[in-house]
Amino acid sequence: MRTEIVQRLRVTFGVDGPLRYISVLDMGRLWERLLRRARIPLAYTQGFNPHPRLQFASPLPVGYSSECELLDLWLAERMEPMQFAAMARDQAPRGLTILQVEEVFLGAPAPQALMHAAHYRVRFWAEISGEDVERALDRLLKQPSLVRQRQKKGHLADYDLRPLIQEARYLSSEGGYHELYMILRTGAEGAGRPEEVLEALGLPAIGNYTIHRVRLVWGAKGG
Amino acid sequence: MSLSDERLHALLCRVQKPARYVGGEWNSVIKDWGQAAVRLALCYPETYEIGMSNLGLAILYDLVNRRPEFLAERAYAPWVDMEDILRAEGLPLFSLETRHSLKEFDVLGFSLQHELNYTNVLNMLDLAGIPLFAGERSAQDPLVIAGGSCTYNPEPLADFFDLFVIGEGEEVLLELLEAFREWKEGGRPGGRGELLARLARIPGIYVPGLYRVRYNADGTVAAIEPAAEGVPARVRKRIVPVLGPVPTRPIVPALQVVHDRGNVEIQRGCSRGCRFCQAGMIYRPIRERPVPEVLRAIDDLLACTGYSEVALVSLSSSDHSGIAEIISQAMARHAEEGLAISLPSLRIDSFSVRLAEMIQATRKTGLTFAPEAGSQRLRDVINKGVTEEDLLRTTEAAFASGWNRIKLYFMLGLPTETDEDVLEIARLIREIRAQGRALRDRAVEIGVSVATFVPKPHTPFQWTGLAPREVVEHRQSLLREQTRLRGVELGWSDWESTWLEAVLSRGDRRLGAVIYRAWRAGARFDAWSEHLRPELWREALAAEGLKADFYAHREREEGELFPWEHIDAGVSRRFLWREYRKAREGRLSPDCRAGCHDCGILSALAEERARAGEHAWGCP
Repeated sequence: MRTEIVQRLRVTFGVDGPLRYISVLDMGRLWERLLRRARIPLAYTQGFNPHPRLQFASPLPVGYSSECELLDLWLAERMEPMQFAAMARDQAPRGLTILQVEEVFLGAPAPQALMHAAHYRVRFWAEISGEDVERALDRLLKQPSLVRQRQKKGHLADYDLRPLIQEARYLSSEGGYHELYMILRTGAEGAGRPEEVLEALGLPAIGNYTIHRVRLVWGAKGG
Repeated sequence: MSLSDERLHALLCRVQKPARYVGGEWNSVIKDWGQAAVRLALCYPETYEIGMSNLGLAILYDLVNRRPEFLAERAYAPWVDMEDILRAEGLPLFSLETRHSLKEFDVLGFSLQHELNYTNVLNMLDLAGIPLFAGERSAQDPLVIAGGSCTYNPEPLADFFDLFVIGEGEEVLLELLEAFREWKEGGRPGGRGELLARLARIPGIYVPGLYRVRYNADGTVAAIEPAAEGVPARVRKRIVPVLGPVPTRPIVPALQVVHDRGNVEIQRGCSRGCRFCQAGMIYRPIRERPVPEVLRAIDDLLACTGYSEVALVSLSSSDHSGIAEIISQAMARHAEEGLAISLPSLRIDSFSVRLAEMIQATRKTGLTFAPEAGSQRLRDVINKGVTEEDLLRTTEAAFASGWNRIKLYFMLGLPTETDEDVLEIARLIREIRAQGRALRDRAVEIGVSVATFVPKPHTPFQWTGLAPREVVEHRQSLLREQTRLRGVELGWSDWESTWLEAVLSRGDRRLGAVIYRAWRAGARFDAWSEHLRPELWREALAAEGLKADFYAHREREEGELFPWEHIDAGVSRRFLWREYRKAREGRLSPDCRAGCHDCGILSALAEERARAGEHAWGCP
């Protein structure tokens, strides 16, 4: 197994369909197998139990779809990003879309260390009017703080959801389906989750919504 | 009608491991539902993670889907959280590929590998809205069939299945689907009755509804007789004369499963003749896959799946005549990709340690050996054919080659076993530990797994009973006291599940009512200790006026008819009894590659052997 590192590629990919339901560990194994099938010259770690060098920027929670997942990977042989994309696409299972591949400097910082926020589109079904949804959202955003509880290492801990909501907008309604757009912060305190905002709004019960991650915001100065 | 994405999503947000229910995995096959002449759902009555690790279903999925006129999809037992949701929402159990209700398939084919899955079969049928009892199904209901090692005693499930396929399914399943197609396209003449009568004429197919069972006053079987014309008195198992192609495009699960790796079956059957081992008896004769075919299969499998690990599957991997060549060539060809090879079953000898050295894969998990019994006397009784010297030389070689961890498999409750035999297990463990400490250091670990022996149909021990609970528990504590040592870890099988396995594996048709009652009372996932509720089974047995001891613990007379008497595994009753007698006398029957013991398989399967031509199996 090759351990030399000659190139770093950054893949932007989308997740949909059946792949919404797998964990981040499963996603790692899935990519590893995809890349092996595609015969991509991966660089492996050294040592007793070598594994390919793959790094996801931000784990996608189970149940979410996405069009902005980032994967950094390191190669033992140079490849044109276009060629990489073509080879990987041939081996991508249903629900995985390779959107973009670019080369980045070997020494570039890891996106996950610079992650600030993520954009989401949230679609849910509720027997209320669009105006009611908008009003509930306004009320929520006017609150100075939203102290809630979250499971943390096996027990419930208090946290404030309000500062994690950078933006939340009402988009549209149609036949009981409503769409919201949210920008939620990510940081040392953890990330805001769209379903927590829905819960705080007193909106739909579990399972009546879909969450789609649209964009990751990261970089040295707030992206 | 298939379940919509949106509806499914709403369910999946409420369950653990939702990926169990979505399909779409790499290499899964989605065919045009409307175009298929016959639609088969391959069902495994356990969780997705366990069912996806079953090689038999992977072979059949591949074979059936290669035929343009047939379609095969999959279904597994939903975990209890998903079951609750399906019931609450009034949704039927659906297939993974196209999410059709199981009721909409033509044929449901269950794989039965473990008796403690039986209630899950009933639960899956019920969740699909299919009548549980075969006699209550109409011409429009699916044909419910089963295969797998449990069908060598199909009787406890006789009420629920339309038919059982005895033996290897590769050829007979396609014959069955073909016959089904003719019947279906011919306008289902004569309804279900005519279909079953036609299918019963295919060799290897057992239609329980076409047989009558009579019992003696003492509860033993008096006769099992065909109740219709053209039905064979005994159903002989089917085999494939030559192993078919390795499925090199198996489904690659996205969710981590129990055996998360590729499989290449290198050999079927085993020549060792261990007297407790059902697999060793029912999978005869031994058939090797040629080395070049194995190597090609490994290449293709890796290319089509992206797996980094391949298991060389067989009942005794070190017995393949070309195993060293397979390993060295495969490792050389795939060195750059870091191929890991696993050998699920290693013989006890230094050759096996050399093989393990070649693959280097088990350094951390440890090398596993199965001496099965502690004393030489008892190992001779079970025909293990391993001496203490063999074992100690093997463990010595393993420690000397750098292994720190050894796993040992033993059984308790074997026929003729005494406390002394069990103390010998403890002595062996201590000796191996001392060996390890001398050759390695104090970090040596010995993992010992002690299963309670369950006598199985179609083995020389079919006449014997499960050891009494007090005896087993006494010997377990004896062993525990004698092996309280740093670096030794003992594991047991739980009594209640052993007991239930013994009752169900040796049961007759009357147990159908017991299984039904236990399921009605809430029994499912009996193989999971957190779900097993033995009291439900005791109550169900009592309600049917049946005694567990009669099935589990009773020593049978030489001439007693077994509930599985009409199922012919190709190994003669005469041979099994002779082996049982030899066991009682502590006499060995050496590996049958060295000399034939006339087990009956040669004459039973003479035709198949002729068909195999130059590949005919190596019985002398």
